[in-house]
Amino acid sequence: MSAAMTAVRSGARRGVIELRQAFTGMELVGQLLWPVATLVAVFFLRDLPIGDTGYGLGMIILPGALGMFVALGLLLVVQQLAADREDGTLLRAKATPGGIRAYLVGKIVQISATILAYLAILLVPGVFLVDGLDLADPVSWVTFAWVLVLGLVATQTIGAMLGSLISTPRGAGYLSLPVLGLIAISGIFAPITGLPEWLQVVAQLVPIYWLGLGMRAAFLPDEAVVVEIGESWRLLETAAVLGAWSIAGLILAPIVLRRMARRESGSRVAERRERALQRVG
Amino acid sequence: MTGDVAIEVEGLRMRYGTNDVLHDLSFQVGRGEVLALLGPNGAGKTSTIEILEGFRMRSAGRVDVLGVDPAHGGEDWRARIGVVLQSWRDHAKWRVRELLDFQGSLYEPYSTAGIRRPWEVDELLAAVGLTEHADTSVKMLSGGQRRRLDVAIGLVGRPELVFLDEPTTGLDPKARRDFHALVRRLRDELDITVLITTHDLDEADKLADRIVILTGGRIVANGTADDLSRQIVGRDRVSWAQQGERSVRHVDDSTAFARELFARHGDEISELEVRRASLEDTYLELVRNAEAPMAEPAEASR
Repeated sequence: MSAAMTAVRSGARRGVIELRQAFTGMELVGQLLWPVATLVAVFFLRDLPIGDTGYGLGMIILPGALGMFVALGLLLVVQQLAADREDGTLLRAKATPGGIRAYLVGKIVQISATILAYLAILLVPGVFLVDGLDLADPVSWVTFAWVLVLGLVATQTIGAMLGSLISTPRGAGYLSLPVLGLIAISGIFAPITGLPEWLQVVAQLVPIYWLGLGMRAAFLPDEAVVVEIGESWRLLETAAVLGAWSIAGLILAPIVLRRMARRESGSRVAERRERALQRVG
Repeated sequence: MTGDVAIEVEGLRMRYGTNDVLHDLSFQVGRGEVLALLGPNGAGKTSTIEILEGFRMRSAGRVDVLGVDPAHGGEDWRARIGVVLQSWRDHAKWRVRELLDFQGSLYEPYSTAGIRRPWEVDELLAAVGLTEHADTSVKMLSGGQRRRLDVAIGLVGRPELVFLDEPTTGLDPKARRDFHALVRRLRDELDITVLITTHDLDEADKLADRIVILTGGRIVANGTADDLSRQIVGRDRVSWAQQGERSVRHVDDSTAFARELFARHGDEISELEVRRASLEDTYLELVRNAEAPMAEPAEASR
């Protein structure tokens, strides 16, 4: 077997091991927190009417929330990269032949699987909470599948770039603020058409909006399109925007990651350790 | 030449901005040799080892590690080298065997006719004394056990050359002694080249075949521990009492000094005591001189 294939296979195994670690013991509580909180919101908002459309807000939120959790992969990548640089995991990968490749494959496997788990945690109970989702139609699932794949690629590659540029876990923490802002204007928790026009423009530059829209297009009945911009699901635009982000990410992320990895060394890890210990002490 | 030389460094310089950290280092490490790079903190040991590991770019000079310039070392070069990192808390949730299995799997494509990679994990666990902790999670290991795991990770690919950067910093005395025993056993049982950095002379003396002393980014001595004590003439400490008043002097030739002392003062001298310079005194003096190059030589030797 070639060295590159070995790295990919070992990386996949690494991803599975990390996934198991992320979903055992106390970690599980943290993993369940946000999906369950989202379900609670869906439950309480399910009967709140949207204008005079006749639809309840909960039904609109649930598919949009699927898109949001896909987008959260970005934050997961950033946080884990920052932590792995600080504690020397990445340096260990660099000191091993094919280690960086295996590390990245492991990250992609683990984070993608984590997101799939979130989606299942949302969707399985969610279908009992809200009525009217279009789950029986195979076309729904085809749309879901391609939006999901493009979304995972786009958000994780962007995350990898941001994670390479942000050097500390604290910096990664600050990043969640603008991301929360983008979620607020993304049309996931309230129809985007209710926002001022310039905010709608901002929201449409970012994958989060399109992920929400794509998931609503997949699972909402066709008539619900009235709450969307231009009363259209805009599948073509969704594919174009998510595709553009994905391509940009796939081209740029390896360059940025390689540059970051090249700079890792024992003394840099030691420096960060000193700083972290000062923070604690 | 390259057949018996694992590491060759010639005219190595390192500069950060306008600050020279390494001045024209030249040394060699033979195959199968254990070399200690000894020096105080800030002497440039870590910069040197990171250049050799391929983790840091040099400013000038020629560096050759296992026949390859580390600045351009590919993955197959990387597979022949073990790096024992100063760990902190990476892979804390992994179990010991799981982590070694994973690390080892990456070396599989690099097996050669002569060297079967990776090292079998059970065998390796036994070699570093972690057999009973195979299923422990890494965060539950003690400091000494964790350090032995670091060594195991460095060795799992059956490297021809291993780098150990300050391996016993922060270990308690017992863990330190165990660690030294482990490195000595590896040195005796495996045909492996080892480069170790330390600021502790005792450690260098115990582990290394040869010691290179680095201070202020310069090599000030290079040889076996015996060579060093002979080469660098340490000053002997002579103390005596003259009519009840005690004096101490550090001198190059204590025998001649004592003869002179008696010739001049005869019976007035009592309680004469001569202590030869130990390797440690020599090392400390070298370091002191390098750190305070402006100080008067007479002052420095007191």
